[in-house]
Amino acid sequence: MNVSFQWVAFSTIVAKEIRRFVRIWPQTLLPPAITMTLYFVIFGNLIGSRIGDMGGFDYMQFIVPGLVMMSVIQNSYGNVVSSFYSTKFQRSIEEMLVSPMSATTILLGYIAGGVARGLCVGVIVTLLSLFFTHLQVQHILVTVLVVLLTAVLFAIAGFINAIFANKFDDVAIIPTFVLTPLTYLGGVFYSIDLLPEFWRMVSLLNPVVYMVNVFRYGLLGVSDVNVVASLAAIVVFTGGLFFWALWLLKRGVGIRH
Amino acid sequence: MSAALVLRDVRKTYANGVEALKGISLEVQAGDFFALLGPNGAGKSTTIGIISSLVNSSGGSVEVFGYDLDRQRVLAKQRVGVVPQEFNFNQFEKVFDILISQAGFYGIPAGRAAERAEHYLRKLGLWDKRESQSRMLSGGMKRRLMIARALVHEPDLLILDEPTAGVDIELRRSMWDFLIELNQQGKTIILTTHYLEEAESLCRRIAIIDRGQIVENTDMKSLLEKLDVETFVLDLAEPLSEAPSLEGLEVRLRDARTLEVAVPKTRPLNDLFVALGEKGISVLSMRNKSNRLEELFLRLVERNLPAGGGV
Repeated sequence: MNVSFQWVAFSTIVAKEIRRFVRIWPQTLLPPAITMTLYFVIFGNLIGSRIGDMGGFDYMQFIVPGLVMMSVIQNSYGNVVSSFYSTKFQRSIEEMLVSPMSATTILLGYIAGGVARGLCVGVIVTLLSLFFTHLQVQHILVTVLVVLLTAVLFAIAGFINAIFANKFDDVAIIPTFVLTPLTYLGGVFYSIDLLPEFWRMVSLLNPVVYMVNVFRYGLLGVSDVNVVASLAAIVVFTGGLFFWALWLLKRGVGIRH
Repeated sequence: MSAALVLRDVRKTYANGVEALKGISLEVQAGDFFALLGPNGAGKSTTIGIISSLVNSSGGSVEVFGYDLDRQRVLAKQRVGVVPQEFNFNQFEKVFDILISQAGFYGIPAGRAAERAEHYLRKLGLWDKRESQSRMLSGGMKRRLMIARALVHEPDLLILDEPTAGVDIELRRSMWDFLIELNQQGKTIILTTHYLEEAESLCRRIAIIDRGQIVENTDMKSLLEKLDVETFVLDLAEPLSEAPSLEGLEVRLRDARTLEVAVPKTRPLNDLFVALGEKGISVLSMRNKSNRLEELFLRLVERNLPAGGGV
């Protein structure tokens, strides 16, 4: 009884979230498609043709996995942070808090919503990339697993950001000042093996490096880092963030007096 | 009769140190129409916030139809519907979708949710607006939408926090009729309102909360019987220069043609007119200065004020 009830509640949040990002597609689905097309044209075609090979592949092929992953990261994070903060701001979060839904259901519902948008944009960007290069998937399970885990991880991170956000500025600060630099310096456009030893070591502190490289391994079969250790680290990090978010939600931090 | 709601020693101290509730205990019987009144900042909304899980209590317990709100959360919450004071729905969502989502949050599958949404939207005159974004509704429609949303999971206990605030008289009356109908169908209703006429017309029992404490908790009839003096406003036929002296009655001249007279409930009103007649004063019309409950409410709240203090 309780499981089926929580399932209906979970499905309701997911449907609501999907309805939201589809309704505002010019803000959610179109911009990453345009931005990534520009990346493909400018970095992949125009500049990439002069760069030559990277990691044994032509530059366009090399950056596609990174750009797909960048889209997944930004959109799964962005969906949850803006949607959950908006429910706080408009106080419609009270609709959920008065209901018998568990905190776990609420959190899972928002994560699933963020993952749905992240994957949706990921698929759009992948399809667009096919206009510029051809892709072969070398390790399908690793590819699917890492993209899912990354979307989940950043959806949870977006949720935590929204919990602590008190104004709309707070929703933009982390993506602008933390997420974007981490992504750009996360091996999307270059192999970290090209860096001097010191900066290579610094790069290894960046979690995005592992996600991008494992995804690249799934598609191209090459990686700058150990794939199994990276996957394990992503799982541990995702689990840690999940339980922190759940604890915050149960305590009512930022949402209950 | 079983209890729909039991509060035991419920306390709330906010992070800034404000003690909003100082241990209130309250019991509302199933099927009752209950008024929770109090001045601004008395603790009404905090109480409702705790019952509806929007505010964490600092102590005490809440039971809904015998289910403890902390330990039997799902069973307790399924029985409560809340209509908050301020609009709290997504302004960009469609009216119909708001109800469907709310039903889903209570575990009601989509098909049944759609039937109920239609039923309550029709009942509250919002069916024609089902495809409109909620921000496009008028204030009165938004209030009705919140009532429809609170009913979509068919709770046994409905809590309304100032449901008719800012609503025109016609709509207020139709909302009253709807609430009476719900109560007659067996729903327990708890209402907070600033319109004391509303509480007097609708509610059978009443609790008055002030400064975080219950200062009165009784049935409406017994409460109104405590009113020992009623003040009337008299419109005079001829102007007066000063207030006449009427034995045993407190008289005040509001302006040359208007008198205010406080009449003890033990004295027949005939005495007033006899005394006025003796003074040659003709009265054109007469009305209560304030609603009876309002008069009593003010006294109870004023009695609770610290010496020399005011709001």
